[in-house]
Amino acid sequence: MKHLLQALLAAALIAGVPVLAQGDAPEIRYDAAANALQLPAGLYLGEVGGVATNSHGDIFVYTRTGHPTVSIGTARPFAHGGSRLFEFDPSGKFMREIGKDSYGFMFAAQVRIDPNDNIWVVDQMSSMVIEFDPQGRLLMLLGRKAENVNVPTRPTKGDSSGRPTDLFERPTDVAWDSAGNIFVADGLGNARIAKFTRDGRFVKSWGKKGTATGEFANVRSIAVDAQGNVYAADGGNKRVQVFDSDGNFKTAFTNVGNAQALCMTKGPNQFLYVSNSNPPDDLDRDGEIYKMRLDGTMVGKFGKAGKLPKEFGTVNAIDCRNENTLYVGEIGNLRVQKLTLH
Amino acid sequence: MKQILTSSLVVAVLAAASALAQRKATVENVPDIEFSSVPNFLKLPSGEYLGESVAVATNSKGHVFVYHRSANTRLFEFDQTGKFIKEIGAGYYGFEFAHSVRVDKDDNIWTVDEGTNMITKFSPDGKVLMVLGRRPPAVEDPISYPVGPNVPAKKYIFCRPTDVGWDPQGNIFISDGYCNNRVVKYDKNGRFLAQVGSEKVGKAMGEFNLPHGLQVDGQGNVWVADRGNNRYQVLDNNLKPMREITNLGTAWTVCVSSGSHQYAFLSNSNPNGNMPGTWETTGEIYKAELDGSVLGKFGHPGKLAPGFQVVHMMDCRNPNEIVLGEIESWRVQKYILQPGSTKATGSR
Repeated sequence: MKHLLQALLAAALIAGVPVLAQGDAPEIRYDAAANALQLPAGLYLGEVGGVATNSHGDIFVYTRTGHPTVSIGTARPFAHGGSRLFEFDPSGKFMREIGKDSYGFMFAAQVRIDPNDNIWVVDQMSSMVIEFDPQGRLLMLLGRKAENVNVPTRPTKGDSSGRPTDLFERPTDVAWDSAGNIFVADGLGNARIAKFTRDGRFVKSWGKKGTATGEFANVRSIAVDAQGNVYAADGGNKRVQVFDSDGNFKTAFTNVGNAQALCMTKGPNQFLYVSNSNPPDDLDRDGEIYKMRLDGTMVGKFGKAGKLPKEFGTVNAIDCRNENTLYVGEIGNLRVQKLTLH
Repeated sequence: MKQILTSSLVVAVLAAASALAQRKATVENVPDIEFSSVPNFLKLPSGEYLGESVAVATNSKGHVFVYHRSANTRLFEFDQTGKFIKEIGAGYYGFEFAHSVRVDKDDNIWTVDEGTNMITKFSPDGKVLMVLGRRPPAVEDPISYPVGPNVPAKKYIFCRPTDVGWDPQGNIFISDGYCNNRVVKYDKNGRFLAQVGSEKVGKAMGEFNLPHGLQVDGQGNVWVADRGNNRYQVLDNNLKPMREITNLGTAWTVCVSSGSHQYAFLSNSNPNGNMPGTWETTGEIYKAELDGSVLGKFGHPGKLAPGFQVVHMMDCRNPNEIVLGEIESWRVQKYILQPGSTKATGSR
């Protein structure tokens, strides 16, 4: 029996393809802490675009707390507000708000913390990437909010051609390589990845709307490994595409469903978490999160779509600073769950 | 066939680039002016932020006024050391989308708002003294976006005005603006006197394509940054065109310094929406004599200070201390220019 197993394993390794298909990944046991975040009275989370921790374990949540309001009686329709950035201590106690009444906070897309504990916010409606220092002071901006909105509003068609520009259309995520180069997932209006130097100089972008290799239905999330490879969640095409730091295609993982949220663990042996997020209008499919090795082989999976604790409502963000303690931000359930994997 | 394809590609790329309105200045052999940037010049209270810092001005005491696009447009006052003093006009009807703030010789603070189409004169302590223009009434076409031909410009109504200035007699000059393409003169009590240009875009002298910045020099001549035409026009006090300056790239904004020997500062601001490798094309500010002769230049594009991210307005009360408001960095910088660092910056 033991020999047989070894032979099977050897055969699988020789084949070199993902060993386990979507349905075959072993279940990872896990628990969810109740009330991971304690909000002050009168403060609510909305749809959670992003959740991330810094090196001290402080938790940052970028959330859609209201909705952008449009002024009337003006030369043009101007949109204001709609999202807020909260910071909690490692125990989940509310500490403060950062970026109150910021010009760029409208429709939360993501928050990520870089290796220097700077806080990066991605906003899908202002189409901006906003960097704060650990104290919450503004450091750098990428992209620019449109001065006015069209009323009635319509989803931007963006520029499907992949034209290289340092302006975004509904960006979704940001990541960095070890040299500090910045990668922006741009995203839902455009369908490309934009690369900047650490001081914000636009280098290049790659990808356009499409289904071919190197094209995207959209880019909903992005992660960079220690070697500088860029992982792009191309959920609409049911895959994660992997590129080198200059955008050359390397491989694709096609066994993870509607990849919407990615998280790359730290340390010498990195893993990638991928959420096959359920669509907001359907609880009866998908929802599970995969843990993968960077060669695309599956470690396991956990969870399913639903409303209960331990279930997921359209996961949009995963924090995996600690490989077995995850923070998961949900669109559908207006919450952040703290998960412990066993 | 391949060559045809290549050339049409070049055309397409050029067309895209020109749409981004970046124009390299043609002036040559301009010396660089040495400068230093004051780090973190403005100190904001904890939890407060600047938005797009499109407008900045100082008063006679050196106080700095920043009229900026935060979630809502706001006007902040700082002292000469950059310490926050107070907010003026929180929730005021005339604030919606900041474009300019200027301080007159009596230290009154004037805001130009291109969202409400209103120009407001505040007293030095922040009381409303006078308004020009009217906010579009919310009960009439409340969310219309201007499309099609511009409606004829009216004497007392603006359409996305951009800037304000005064001559030594206190007459008021307004650049108006994004849909009207004119400069309007009022007396000091706000009564219409004259205009040049109209709602129609034009290229001839006395016509404009987005008059984006305006200042009046000590002789009462009116300097207009005619942005869409990539030139500055200088008008006499009766708005008759005198001359144009066409070799300094795109004319974003203009500042005329105080004192007996006045200088003009003219910004070829780098725009947003850049292709790779285009950053160094623009972004510099020129210092010139009022006769138009260029003395020097300073500044370059960059996300981090002391780089520029779309300079929208300059204060040059002291020609060696330039306070700059930028659109894209949500930042105000103070530049100290080194007098005598170029042969032409000394007095004469």
